Amino acid sequence: MTITVSRRGFLKATAAGTTALLVGLNTKGVLAAGSSAAATTDLNPFVKIDADGTVTVIIKHFEMGQGTTTGLTTLVAEELDADWDRVQIDFAPSDNNRYANLFFGAQGTGGSTSIANSFMQYREAGAAARDILVRAAARQWDVDASTITVENGILTSGGNSGHFGEFVAIATTLEAVEKPMVKTPDQFKLIGSNKLHRKDNSGKTNGTAMFAMDVNLPGMIYAVIMRSPKFGGTVVSFDDSAAKEVGGFIAAQTLPNKAGVVAFGKNTWAAFQARDALSVEWDFSQAETRSTDTMIADHKVLLDAPEFDANHEVPLASVAPLIAEAAKTIDAEFTFPFLAHAPLEPENCVIEPTENGVRVHDGCQFPTLTQPMVAAALDLDPSQVEVKTLYAGGSFGRRANASSDYNVEAAMAYAVSGRKVPVKLVWSREDDIKGGYYRPMSAHRAKIGLDANGKIMGWDHRAAVKSIAKGGPFEGMVQKNGVDPTSVEGVSESLYSIPNFGIGLSDFKTAVPINWWRSVGHSHTGFVMESLMDMVAKETGQDPIEMRLAMLDPSGANQARMIEAIKLVREISGWKEGDQRGFASHYSFNTCVAVVADITVEETTVHVNKLFMAVECGVAVNPDVIRAQMEGGAGFALSAIFRNEITLTDGEVDQYNFPDYELLRNQEMPEIEVAIVQSNNAPTGVGEPGVPPTAPAVANAIFAKTGTRIMDLPMTRAGFDFV
Amino acid sequence: MQYQLTINGESRTVDAEPGTPLLWVLRDELKLTGTKFGCGVAYCGACTVHVDGYPTRSCQTFVEDAVDVQITTIEGATDKIAQAVQAAWREKDVVQCGWCQSGQIMSAIGLLNENPKPTDQEIKDYMHGNACRCVTYVRINEAIKLASEKLEA
Repeated sequence: MTITVSRRGFLKATAAGTTALLVGLNTKGVLAAGSSAAATTDLNPFVKIDADGTVTVIIKHFEMGQGTTTGLTTLVAEELDADWDRVQIDFAPSDNNRYANLFFGAQGTGGSTSIANSFMQYREAGAAARDILVRAAARQWDVDASTITVENGILTSGGNSGHFGEFVAIATTLEAVEKPMVKTPDQFKLIGSNKLHRKDNSGKTNGTAMFAMDVNLPGMIYAVIMRSPKFGGTVVSFDDSAAKEVGGFIAAQTLPNKAGVVAFGKNTWAAFQARDALSVEWDFSQAETRSTDTMIADHKVLLDAPEFDANHEVPLASVAPLIAEAAKTIDAEFTFPFLAHAPLEPENCVIEPTENGVRVHDGCQFPTLTQPMVAAALDLDPSQVEVKTLYAGGSFGRRANASSDYNVEAAMAYAVSGRKVPVKLVWSREDDIKGGYYRPMSAHRAKIGLDANGKIMGWDHRAAVKSIAKGGPFEGMVQKNGVDPTSVEGVSESLYSIPNFGIGLSDFKTAVPINWWRSVGHSHTGFVMESLMDMVAKETGQDPIEMRLAMLDPSGANQARMIEAIKLVREISGWKEGDQRGFASHYSFNTCVAVVADITVEETTVHVNKLFMAVECGVAVNPDVIRAQMEGGAGFALSAIFRNEITLTDGEVDQYNFPDYELLRNQEMPEIEVAIVQSNNAPTGVGEPGVPPTAPAVANAIFAKTGTRIMDLPMTRAGFDFV
Repeated sequence: MQYQLTINGESRTVDAEPGTPLLWVLRDELKLTGTKFGCGVAYCGACTVHVDGYPTRSCQTFVEDAVDVQITTIEGATDKIAQAVQAAWREKDVVQCGWCQSGQIMSAIGLLNENPKPTDQEIKDYMHGNACRCVTYVRINEAIKLASEKLEA
């Protein structure tokens, strides 16, 4: 198709100057249109269309690599019939109402919800913008709107045609419809397409993508903090005489909350050197001083007498008498270590003074928390804190922090610096590895009763883990019975039909700060459930896939989805009766993933050759992003189960950096084949669900090959090494 | 102390303490922030630049050792091989968070400079030192293969 832009249209667009069409939510939360040239606008748009035809999609979520800039853009561009190459992105400012995650009621990214919660909202914004442009073109050409077609950012009617920008001037005078018509799935051109490339491709391959650590502002100083070597320790006093010998050192100050001493430098290196030269006296009276072995033992003690019942229908106490009658029992105990998220961009944040308050530069995952918490640390009103969201160099949950820890640290550093110049807080990798907010350590114990026919007749399941939600802004997630659902989610939400399934939970108490870690509770509960399922299959001589299919009731919507995923992975992997590979499947974040792991073991050295993965995540908005998330999720799981652990000796973290917290390396990554179940269900999460089933699939493969059942992670504890 | 560095073909004078890693001179003084900080102990490769054409960890290269050499950062990676590698990265949609990718790309350019037709195993061995927390390795390796084929054609 040859596009001829009419000279008249071009002049009109040029004359319109910088006016742009905005479509988004107004203060009433209703979809509305407006003009960027208006003196005041109460719109915070999802879509902006400039006079030159450029479409900008305003991204309410942050981009940590999960593909949200591509995904939300796809939704708008689809309904707008935009030219994909002329659509660009911008991150939304902090605005808790109009840019709220519709599943949270507040602005933030997490729980693999970005596409799911935005699916209709962003499509409707795109559809509303398209509708206005069509009506504007109808008026300009004096034709009936029904004669106008839109394709690739061009509107056409008979002999008339023009790009979006040519109609912006008229479009800004029209009202948006509140509930625009969106496409039916058969009309999708971009949703589901394998041809779209990521929107963050260019900047991330030529060095221009801006991350918070890349922010350089005039007069900026650099802050690095010496934190307590034991979690919960506080500063008594410090001596900075050695730091004064460091070139570029400015000053050192105790943080207002006494959690550390901040060293300021003229550049990052000077601040690192000065911090390392500080000598600090600590008060450890409230600090965690236990070692890992003691903490594991303390978890196991908690399993003896669970505090809470996590299955409302089956009290745990009712299960033991039933299992006492069992023909056979399976007994198993599992332990999991603390894990660091280790995003490759270490934690950092810039606080910049503004006329009215401050601007926070951050790869900000929860603006809704960062804004008030930074305000509180600086004694400002939240409205005086502006959050500038930049690309995030990974998160894996680290940045979704209930206390906005590193944002608040940056604010405290800015406060003690005198609030005159911008302050960039930087964590070293050592700070990150030793700095807490880990995936919590946990222990599980299960006793499964089988009848004479090998059928499960009762399941006594107990978990001990520190609660993530309790004692912070996520307290509301805790159920009335005291159960933090993130502690048991993969057990309590199991899709299997399990009779007499009692689930006990105890909260472990420690000053070690913990946090969501990619797939949260599923990172341990998924491993436990799928290892146990494999044990049941082996004990009863059943094929692990057939057994699971038999335990999934197809009348349940999610069970039916899981059955499809399992059958698909069975098909692509060529799974056969008696297969010596590992299988696992797990439901998390509303998504079903099934995995077959093919490994080679030579004595105790394991190589994962290939992973087959099938995923049911509803409508596949960006199939290639889904594949990428499955690949990345699987690799993330492998890194953890192979060898990652944070251990403590007398309360101090033993690991320091990547040499002893080693990430998965290139040659260790298996070949991987991902298949997506064709589905018209509403889209569900993909960032996290690839993690939970991968780990037990590999563990089950190791059992199939060696007869060793791994129940204590990481797998190095069982004497295996990985190549 | 003042140092004269040659970066991306340009002569640049910087003020830095002796012993300052080149990484921080690039990022904080010269605002060339495409080169990333990941570990500071030469273990992740995020800080990889080219020194006289060879991939080098800038976090372990002192500023005083960076004079009298040609330094190339991602911002200056514009030759034929670099362009082919970057194009292949986009074609394969390699990136996720992106923090390691400048380093990955600088290493990949180094590989194809030394070995225009690497085997799968040679790619894995050469790229071993560049960690990717998002685990984009499958695509990194595919992109290197693609760039190699495109350069050959």
